[in-house]
Amino acid sequence: MIRGQKRGDDQEEGRGSPPGPAPGPGAAALHKRLRREDSEERDHKDGTVDWGQLPQEILLQIFQFLPLLDRAFASQVCWGWNQVFHMPELWRCFEFELNQPASSYLKATHPDLIKQIIQRHSNHLQYVSFKVDSSTESAEAACDILSQLVNCSLKTLGLISTARPSFMELPKSHFISALTVVFVNSKSLSSLKIDDTPVDDPSLKVLVANNSDTLKLLKMSSCPHVSPAGILCVADQCHGLRELALNYHLLSDDLLLALSSERHVHLEHLRIDVVSENPGQHFHTIKKSSWDAMVRHSPKFNLVMYFFLYEDEFGPFFRDELPVTHLYFGRSVSKEVLGRVGLTCPRLVELVVCANGLRPLDEELIRIAERCKHLSAIGLGECEVSCSAFVEFVKMCGGRLTQLSIMEEVLVPDNKYELDDIHWEVSKHLGRVWFPDMMPTW
Amino acid sequence: MVVNSVHWFRKGLRLHDNAALQEALYGADTVRCVYILDPWFAGSANIGVNRWRFLLESLEDLDTSLRKLNSRLFVVRGQPTDVFPRLFKEWNVTRLTFEYDSEPYGKERDAAIIKMAQEYGVETVVRNIHTLYDPDRIIEMNNHSPPLTFKRFQAIVNRLELPRKPLPTITQEQMARCRTQIADNHDDHYGVPSLEELGFRTPADSPHVWKGGETEALERLNKHLDRKAWVSNFERPRISAQSLFASPTGLSPYLRFGCLSCRVFYYNLRELYMKLRRRSNPPLSLFGQLLWREFFYTAATNNPNFDRMEGNPICVQIPWDHKPEALAKWAEGRTGFPWIDAIMTQLRQEGWIHHLARHAVACFLTRGDLWISWESGMKVFEEMLLDADWSVNAGSWMWLSCSAFFQQFFHCYCPVGFGRRTDPSGDYIRRYIPKLKDFPNRYIYEPWNAPESVQKAANCVVGVDYPKPMINHAESSRLNIERMKQVYQQLSHYRGLSLLASVPTIQEEAEPPTSDDSQASSSTGGLASPHQPTPAPSSSPSSESSGAGSAPHVQRKRVRPSELPGKQKSKVKHTSQANGVKQTTEDKQ
Repeated sequence: MIRGQKRGDDQEEGRGSPPGPAPGPGAAALHKRLRREDSEERDHKDGTVDWGQLPQEILLQIFQFLPLLDRAFASQVCWGWNQVFHMPELWRCFEFELNQPASSYLKATHPDLIKQIIQRHSNHLQYVSFKVDSSTESAEAACDILSQLVNCSLKTLGLISTARPSFMELPKSHFISALTVVFVNSKSLSSLKIDDTPVDDPSLKVLVANNSDTLKLLKMSSCPHVSPAGILCVADQCHGLRELALNYHLLSDDLLLALSSERHVHLEHLRIDVVSENPGQHFHTIKKSSWDAMVRHSPKFNLVMYFFLYEDEFGPFFRDELPVTHLYFGRSVSKEVLGRVGLTCPRLVELVVCANGLRPLDEELIRIAERCKHLSAIGLGECEVSCSAFVEFVKMCGGRLTQLSIMEEVLVPDNKYELDDIHWEVSKHLGRVWFPDMMPTW
Repeated sequence: MVVNSVHWFRKGLRLHDNAALQEALYGADTVRCVYILDPWFAGSANIGVNRWRFLLESLEDLDTSLRKLNSRLFVVRGQPTDVFPRLFKEWNVTRLTFEYDSEPYGKERDAAIIKMAQEYGVETVVRNIHTLYDPDRIIEMNNHSPPLTFKRFQAIVNRLELPRKPLPTITQEQMARCRTQIADNHDDHYGVPSLEELGFRTPADSPHVWKGGETEALERLNKHLDRKAWVSNFERPRISAQSLFASPTGLSPYLRFGCLSCRVFYYNLRELYMKLRRRSNPPLSLFGQLLWREFFYTAATNNPNFDRMEGNPICVQIPWDHKPEALAKWAEGRTGFPWIDAIMTQLRQEGWIHHLARHAVACFLTRGDLWISWESGMKVFEEMLLDADWSVNAGSWMWLSCSAFFQQFFHCYCPVGFGRRTDPSGDYIRRYIPKLKDFPNRYIYEPWNAPESVQKAANCVVGVDYPKPMINHAESSRLNIERMKQVYQQLSHYRGLSLLASVPTIQEEAEPPTSDDSQASSSTGGLASPHQPTPAPSSSPSSESSGAGSAPHVQRKRVRPSELPGKQKSKVKHTSQANGVKQTTEDKQ
C-alpha cells in the first residue's frame, strides 16, 4: 500500500481531512489556463466537460487525494490519466508491505506493483519504508528490492519488523550488500531506521562516507553487530545528527563527548535500550562529566531510557545524576532503585513502572514528586501505592500531570480513602476528571 | 380462541424472572417449554465437554423443576428453522415466546424465526431478560454509537432509571391453567440427551466443579450474599491465592447460561447494601461484574465482526503472527511457564479461571509474549470457558490485547512475577501441575532457573519432565512493546495513545513534498513533523495535546474542579478515524 502524498495519506488512513494547501502562485496561472482551454476546446454543445482532457496539473492534484488502488483504476480510463498516474510526484513516498499469507493476517504489496515500481519509479522514490512480517522470506524480499534501488536517491529509509526481528535471520552479507546499495547511491540520506537488523561497523562506515552531511536521524536499537567504535565513527562524522537510538552497550563516554562537540548540532533525542544480553551481565557506567557535557551542549535534549533488566542488574544505574527525561521500566524494578530515581533524575518528564514487588511505593513516589519538577506523565502497572500517598503525590504534582495512567489494582485503600473516593480527590488536584485504568472483571 | 404457547429456551435457562416464559403462560390453554439442540452438530461444534455438561445439567434441572409443576421440558433434536414448522403444525401452536438476543448472529436467527412464525400465523413475543439494560437504549443515549470506554458506559447507566424489577418464579397455579398432556414416551422423544448421545466419551463420574442449573445458581446466590453480608465489605476483594480457585459462590457461568437472572442478582446486591450501609444509593462499582457484561453486549450488538480483527471498525489492526505450534503449546498448557500452564490446565479441567488469570494468559498469548492474534485465544476460551459469551469473550480479548477500548499497552503482565505476587508459595501451581509440586517456593514460578540438584531433588528435570520456557520473556516483551508502539504511533488521533507511543521523535514518517512547493518550502527538508511543531522536552505530548495539535476541529473543554459533577460527563465529543480504526472517542475524563 502506498503511503501516498500527505493529503492522500490522510484520507487513506482516515486521519480526518486537514485543510488543503493554500493556493500557491501556480494556482492562478493554472486557473487561467484551465479557463482558456475550457473556452477554446471544451465547450461541448451540451455544456458537459470532457474529463479526459483535464490538464495534468489538475489531475495530479486530484490523484494526490486518492489511495493507490483508486489511482490505478483511474489510470485505466485513458492515456492521459495513465500518464498522470506515473508522474514522479506520486511516487516519492512508498511503503512496501511484505507479508506472507502463512505468517501474517495483513495484506501484502502486490508483486506486480513492486516490479512496476522498480522498473518505472525507482528513480522517483525518496521516502521508503519496508514493513516485514515474521518470516525470513519477507525480509529476504525486502533486501531484494533494496538491492535493486541502484538509481534512486533516498532521503529516508525504514526497515520495520512488524512481528519478529526477521532481518536478523538473513545471512549478514546478504543484508549488508543490499543496505550498502542504498548508502552508496543515496547521497542525501537523512533518516535511517534499522532497528533489529544485522547492520555492522563497516557498513556504517559506508553510510558515513556517503551521507555524513545529511544524516539527521539514526535508529539502530538491537543491532548486535555494531560496536561502540562503529557508532562513535558515525557520531564523529555526522554533525547534523539530531536523533539517535541504540542499545546501552554502545553508549560510551566518548560517544557522548562526540555528540557534544562544538561542530555537532544540538542533539534532540537520545534513546537508549538497556537490555541484558546474558544473565548476570555487568553493565558499565557512564561518567557524570560526559552527561554534563551533553546537557551543556544540548540543554533541551530528551534522554529516553527503556530498562528491561532483572532487579539485581540495576547496580550501576542511578548512582549519579542522570539527565533522563523519559524513563520506562519494562520489567520488575525494586523499591530501592525507584528510590534512587527520585534522587538522581531531576529532568524526569515521563515515568512508567510496569511492575514492582509487593511493598507499596509510597515514599518513592512522594520523593519523585518532590525532586522531579518537570514530571508530567506517569504510568503504573503491577505495583502498589496506598491511596493516601497517591493523593499526596498528585497534590504535589498538580495540574502538570497531563498523563496519569494507574491500574485500579495499584491503589490500596487505607483508613483515609477508599477506592470510590479516590477519583474525586485526584480529580480535584488535577483540575480535571480522572479515573484509574480498569481491566474487565469478567 | 385457543392459545397454544411454546416457550423456546436458549439462554435464560430458568423459571424465575423469566418475562418471556410468563408471556407464554399468560391466558394460554397449553404451554410447552422447548429447548432445541442438534446432537449431530454438537460433536463438531467448537464447544468443549465442560460447557456441554453444564448445559445438559441446566436442562435436567429445568426439566426437574417443570416436573414439580406437572410439566416437562421438551428437548427437540434438530435446527430451529427445521424444527419449528413441524412443531407449529403438530402442536397447533398460536404463540411463540423467547428471550431477546442482542447479539448480531442471534438477531439474524430470531428475525428468520419470527418471519417463519408469521407465515404460520403464530404470534411471537420477545422479552429482554438476559441483560439489565436494553443495549439499544444505551446506544441511543450515547448519540447512536456504543460507548467505547467503560467510564462513558457507566456515566450513561447512571442517567438511566433502575433496571426493571425481577418477576417471581412460575407457580403451580399458573402452570395448572395451561397443562399439557405429556406422552408416556416423552423421554424417548424429548428427554435431555446424555453427553454420550452428543458424542463425548467421558467417564460418567469424571469430577467437575461447576454444576449447571437454576437450583445450584440460586443456592450459590444465597451463599454469595451471605458471604458479602458476613464480611460486610463491598469493595472489590483484594486478590489472594485463594481467589484463583473455583469458589462455591462464583456466579459467572450461571449468568452466562441464564440460570441466574442478572436482575435478581442486581436487586439482591442492592438491597443487601442498603440494609448494611444505610446509604440510599449504592455505588455503581457494587455491580462491577454485571456492568462489564452489559458494556460488552452493548459494544457488540450492532457489530457482526465484533469477534474478528478484519472488518471490525473498533479493532486496531495489529500485525499478529500465525504460529500454530506456539498457539497449541499455550492452549494445552505446555509453555514452560508454570503460572501460564497452571491457568490453562485449570481452564481445561474445570471451565473457569479467575479474571486476573485470564488477563495473564491473554496478555501472554497476544501483546505480551507470543504475539498471536487475540482471535485464536478467543476461540480457545469459547471452547473451554463456561462463562464465555460471544460478546463478552470477544470484547474482553480485544480489551486485554489492547486492540480496542483505548487501552494503555505499556502494562504487560510478567508470566513469572505476576503469579508470584498473587500466590507466593505456588499452591495454585502445585495443584494443577502436580509434576512441579516438590519444587521449592523460590523456583516454582521459574523452575528452569533452579540448579540441577534442586530439579533432581524435586523429581522434575526441566527439559525432560517439564518443558523449558518456550520464549525469553524479557526479550519478547521488549520486542512486543516496540511493535505495539509502531502500531499505535500510526494512530495519531487514537485517544488511548499510550505514554510510550507519545515519546517524542524528530519525525514520524518523512513528509513527502507535495507536487508543488507549497508544503516542501515550509518544512525543514521534510523533517519537521507537522504534528509536533516544537519538540520541546518539557512538553511530553500527551494524547490530549497531540490530538488537539493536529486536529483543529477538536474542541476540548476543561472542567474546573468546582464544576466536577458527581456523574462524570464531559459533553465534548470528537470522532477520530485512524488507520482502519474508526472509533468514536468520548472523553474518558
